[in-house]
Amino acid sequence: MLPDDRGHFGPYGGRFVPEALIAALDELDAHYRKAMADPEFTGEFERMLREYAGTPSLLYDATRLSERVGGARILLKREDLNHTGAHKVRNVLGQALLTKRMGKTRVIAETGAGQHGVASATAAAYLDLECVVYMGEVDTKRQALNVARMKMLGATVIPVTTGSKTLKDAINEALRDWVTNVDETHYLLGTAAGPHPFPAMVRDFVRGIGVEARAQCLEKTGALPDAVAACVGGGSNAIGMFHAFVPDADVRLYGFEAGGDGVETGRHAASITGGSHGVLHGSRSYLLQDEDGQTIESHSISAGLDYPSVGPEHAWLHDQGRARYQPVTDAEAMDAFALLCRTEGIIPAIESAHALAGMLRELPALRAELGREPTVIVNLSGRGDKDMHTAGEYFGLFDGDVIG
Amino acid sequence: MNVTTAYEKARAEGRAALVGYLPAGFPSVAGGISAVKAMIEAGVDLVEIGLPYSDPVMDGPVIQRATEQALAGGVRTRDVIATVEAVSGAGVPVLVMSYWNPIEKYGVDAFARDLAGAGGAGLITPDLIPDEADEWLAASDQHHLDRVFLISPSSTDERIAMTVRHCRGFVYATAVMGVTGARDATSTAAPTLVARAKKVSGTLPVGVGLGVRSGVQAAEVGAYADGVIVGSALVSALADGGEPALRTLTHDLRAGLTP
Repeated sequence: MLPDDRGHFGPYGGRFVPEALIAALDELDAHYRKAMADPEFTGEFERMLREYAGTPSLLYDATRLSERVGGARILLKREDLNHTGAHKVRNVLGQALLTKRMGKTRVIAETGAGQHGVASATAAAYLDLECVVYMGEVDTKRQALNVARMKMLGATVIPVTTGSKTLKDAINEALRDWVTNVDETHYLLGTAAGPHPFPAMVRDFVRGIGVEARAQCLEKTGALPDAVAACVGGGSNAIGMFHAFVPDADVRLYGFEAGGDGVETGRHAASITGGSHGVLHGSRSYLLQDEDGQTIESHSISAGLDYPSVGPEHAWLHDQGRARYQPVTDAEAMDAFALLCRTEGIIPAIESAHALAGMLRELPALRAELGREPTVIVNLSGRGDKDMHTAGEYFGLFDGDVIG
Repeated sequence: MNVTTAYEKARAEGRAALVGYLPAGFPSVAGGISAVKAMIEAGVDLVEIGLPYSDPVMDGPVIQRATEQALAGGVRTRDVIATVEAVSGAGVPVLVMSYWNPIEKYGVDAFARDLAGAGGAGLITPDLIPDEADEWLAASDQHHLDRVFLISPSSTDERIAMTVRHCRGFVYATAVMGVTGARDATSTAAPTLVARAKKVSGTLPVGVGLGVRSGVQAAEVGAYADGVIVGSALVSALADGGEPALRTLTHDLRAGLTP
C-alpha cells in the first residue's frame, strides 16, 4: 500500500520542507493514522459528509448527453451537488475535524480562485475554528465575490503580494505562516500534494468519491465501468475518483490536465504531459520549470487547474502506466462546458469540463478497443456558478451574443 | 580556507565566527560579487551565497525581494557558480545556500562537481532534510564538500542527533520558528537549541541564524554559539545603502563579536 512510511510513491512524494516543519508533519501523520483507525472519528466524518455535505453524491445517467455523443453510456459523478459546490468539501471537513482532534484552534489555507478558501472558511465556521486564507493579490481582484464569501463566513483573507501573486505564492505564504505559528495552527492544504502526509491524507478524505461511484455503478449497470475520468490540477478530485478503482485492472483511469492554449505553446498547466521531474511545495513530482529549476507560471482558463505541479501519486500512477494523463485545451473544455449545459441542464465547473472534454475525445478509441459501447464515469467535480464570469466572456454573453 | 579552519580561527581569537549571507545576482551578478568581496574585507569569517529561487518558502520579505530582483535580472545557476569562483580566493570559505529543486535540476553530482571546481566549500540546504538526501550525501562525499543541514527548536532530540551526524562543516540552528528576517529581540529559544545541539555535536560548530541585525545582538548570540549567521540585515543594508552600508554593518557585527 502506497505511500511507504516516509510518504514515497516510488520516487515521488516525500518531504522537502524546512526541518522546522518536520515535527508538525510527524504530529499530523500520527494523528491522521490514529484517527482513520478510530471508529469515533470515521463515524463523525461520515456523519458530517452525509448530513452536512450531502453525500453520497448521485451517479447520474447522462442520457441526453450520451445520445448526442452516441455510442457510449456516460455517467456523471455529481460532486457539483455537494455543499459548497464541489468535491473539496470532503477534504476540508476531514482536515478540520482532524484539527479539532489535534487540539488546534486555527486553520490556514491557500486558495487560487477561491474555491478551497471558501470551503475552508465553511468548515472552519461549521467547526468553530479561526480561519486565515492566503490568496494571491491578482486573484483577490479577479475573484472579489469569493473573497466576500470567505469574509461572510468569518475568515480573514490575506492578499499575497510576492512572486507572481497567484496560487503558488499563496502556498508559499501559507507555509511561512505555518512554520511561524505551527503550535496552534493546522495548514489545511487544498489538494493531494505537498509534503507527506498530505498527499495520502487528502486522498483518504476524498476517496469516498470513487468508493461511492464504484458501488453506484455496480448497482446501476451490474458491472464496473470501462473507464473513469477526472480533471487533474493538483489532483485531489482525480485521486479521489481513481483510488477505489486502482485495483480494478480492467477499469481505465484517465486524468485530463489543463492544456491551456496547447502544450506546444508553453501556455498550459499540464505538469505531467508538459513538465518534468522536480521538487515543489514539499514533494517530488512532475512540475513546470525552466532549465534552472525555477518554477514556470501555469496558464489555464480554469483557475482551479492553474497549478504548476501535481500530486505525487499521480506522477506514480502515470509512470506505472496505471492511469493515462492527457492535456485538454481551454477551447476543448469550453466546448464540453457548453455541450453539458445544453444537453443536460448542468453547468459544470470549467475544471470538470476538462474531464468531460477529454473523455469525449477518447470515446471513439475506447469503443474501437472494446468492440462495444463503453460505460464511462466522468467526475463532475464541481458546479460552474463560480465560472459564469469567465464563461460569459468566453462565449460573449455580456455583449448580446449567444452560443451558436 | 575550509569551514572547519575558519571556525577554529575565530575560536582561537576567543570569539564566534561571523557568517554573512548575500544572494548571487543582487543587485547584479557583478554587483553581487563586488558586495561579497566588500563583506569579506569588512570582516566576515564565512560566506553564504544564496541561489535565487522562484519559491523561497523559508525566506522573509527582505530576501524575497532581493532574490526576485536577481531572478528578474536574469541570474542563472551558472552565475551562482561563477560568483563562488570569483570570491573563493578571498581567504574565507564560501558555501552556497539553496533550495533543493535548482540543485536537482542542475544534477546533484554535477552541481557538487562544479561547486567544488569553483572553490566552494559546501552547500546549505534549507528544504532538504537528511532523510531525503541520499544523492547529496554521496555527491558531497565524492567531491569533498561540506554539507550543512538545519535544526530547529521543534526538532526532537533524535532528529537533532541524526541531523548533526549528517552535517559536515557546521550545523545550522534556525533559532526562531519562522522565516528569515531581522528581529529586534533575538530568540530566547536559541540558547536552548544550541545547548541541545552541543550535547551531540562534538567538535562540529553550531551556527545560529535568523534575526541578528546589530553588533549588540551578534554579541548576545556569539556568547553561546560558535557562529552568528546574518542574512536579511546585510541584504537590507546592501539594498538601502549600497556597499558603504554593507561594510558599516559588517564592521559593527564583527566588532560585536570581538572580545
